[in-house]
Amino acid sequence: MTSRTRNLSLFMALVALVLFPLFGSSFYVGLVTRIFIVAIFALSLDLLIGYTGLVSFGHAAFFGIGGYALAIAFQDAAVIHIWQALPLSLAAAGLAALVVGWISIRTSGVYFIMITLAMAQMFFYYFFESSRFGGDDGIFLFFKPVLMIGSEDILKLDHENNFYYFALACLVSGYLFLVMILRAPFGKVITAIKANEHRVRALGYSTNGYKLVSFVIAGTLAGLAGFLEGAHTGYVNPSYMSWHESGVCIAIVILGGMGTLYGPIVGAFIIVLLQNFLPELTGHWQLLLGGIVIAVVLFLPRGATSLFPRIIAFFRSKQKIDPKGPTDG
Amino acid sequence: MADVILKTDRLSKNFGGLIAVNNVTLAFERGQVHAIIGPNGAGKTTLINLLSGDLLPSDGAILFNGRNITSLPPHKISQMGIGRSYQKTNIFTEFSCFENCWVAAQSRINTSMRFFRAARHLKSVAERTEKALELCGLSQRSDSRASAMSYGEQRQLEIGMMLATEPELLLLDEPLAGMGSDESLQVIELLRRLAVDHTLILIEHDMDAVFSIADRLTVMVNGRVLETGTVEQIRNSQAVQEAYLGVEEDAV
Repeated sequence: MTSRTRNLSLFMALVALVLFPLFGSSFYVGLVTRIFIVAIFALSLDLLIGYTGLVSFGHAAFFGIGGYALAIAFQDAAVIHIWQALPLSLAAAGLAALVVGWISIRTSGVYFIMITLAMAQMFFYYFFESSRFGGDDGIFLFFKPVLMIGSEDILKLDHENNFYYFALACLVSGYLFLVMILRAPFGKVITAIKANEHRVRALGYSTNGYKLVSFVIAGTLAGLAGFLEGAHTGYVNPSYMSWHESGVCIAIVILGGMGTLYGPIVGAFIIVLLQNFLPELTGHWQLLLGGIVIAVVLFLPRGATSLFPRIIAFFRSKQKIDPKGPTDG
Repeated sequence: MADVILKTDRLSKNFGGLIAVNNVTLAFERGQVHAIIGPNGAGKTTLINLLSGDLLPSDGAILFNGRNITSLPPHKISQMGIGRSYQKTNIFTEFSCFENCWVAAQSRINTSMRFFRAARHLKSVAERTEKALELCGLSQRSDSRASAMSYGEQRQLEIGMMLATEPELLLLDEPLAGMGSDESLQVIELLRRLAVDHTLILIEHDMDAVFSIADRLTVMVNGRVLETGTVEQIRNSQAVQEAYLGVEEDAV
């Protein structure tokens, strides 16, 4: 798939998503909002797994911290200002990622997986057992964040459509931000680290610094997703940080196609929609979901999105019956 | 004494009970091609790994341009101007030839912690990349994926990446290993060109190549330096004949 085809497809998808609330019921608008949030979370993990080569199994910790920062600071506030709450959530998640990353990037492979998992579990149990922060019940938020200038409301997230567009804007910004840093010198170094860290070091790069910065960026972006989830659902509880969440996020990234930024977005659509609609078909829906994940990993090792270029190539080869044959597949 | 670029002082490395490099004191002169030869297991690659920082010495010191670099990590040693190529091809196989050299060339800018402007706007990096590709003879293969290239070309790329970091001293670990004779000749020609304005430390088993391009030779056996001197001195050395060159000829 050429980058032009890809950008065109992404643009058309964006137009469809922008128009969706005009036709969709509020239930579906809410569901797609949730997909955007999960997509931001998965996108952030893709920076680690797909581009830096760091398989973090504790990524939900930063998602949860983004949510808890919002909930703890604003649970009693009558008005939640976005310009206060959002930077706070990002900073808290980024700081936590700095600490976890600083400790964990010294290890690699299975040890890295274990240490990120262990640190995320520490956060989980801290919030699970803390009576101050609601324990396993978590914290409820009674108001949605607003953006105000002076006393003028610019954006109120208590309308489902507003929240939808706000989440979509966050997803697009996150996507474009990652595209930008991956094209920049920083991106060249982290993708090389994923390919062969030893050689990158031998070429004169202090690789730990780059891995740590990547980890912090990913954690901060996960914090953005956590902020949105907390604001959207109106409550934050320890399950945000559970290792199930980290695991599902890895599954989404792999299912959609790691190392492509659009892959995790598609993966988020697939998983969230399946989670919503499979239970209507059968009580054993998780079994079915597992089977789908296994099938994708076995037959499409580069993720579900690797189907697109194949489909395009298939139709092109059918279209063209010129003497040169399908050389541009 | 002539102008010494790199010096080792009683350098040793042991892995548990095995002493891989034993008390090696050597001086490498600026601008020369210094080959290290010896049978398998003599400790040549271990010595290179100590010089490049890939391994930490157990004992002894390494001085580069008079500065002690003994326990510096590989990236700092690279930044000081020591480049190395690996015996086992060590490249980014999924990257194009150009991208491989790009990552190497980009290591010479102040910092790569830059997040906003696309990397391709870095003119100095682009120039270094092109130059390295041309030197190693892969300009035509710029867009080829490294994994799709022949083994010989991958070896050339290995050297190209090292050159893109613009080192002063080159550590070459068997640059001819596994190459066909045509490819070997090309690489020998490249090494000869590089020798004009670089210092080379070279491990190589191909004796014809070694004798044709080296200025000085060091023979290592069992982790120790058996003899070091000019090519003529080594050729005529009784000890070397017995310990190494003779054995090899018997084997053939």
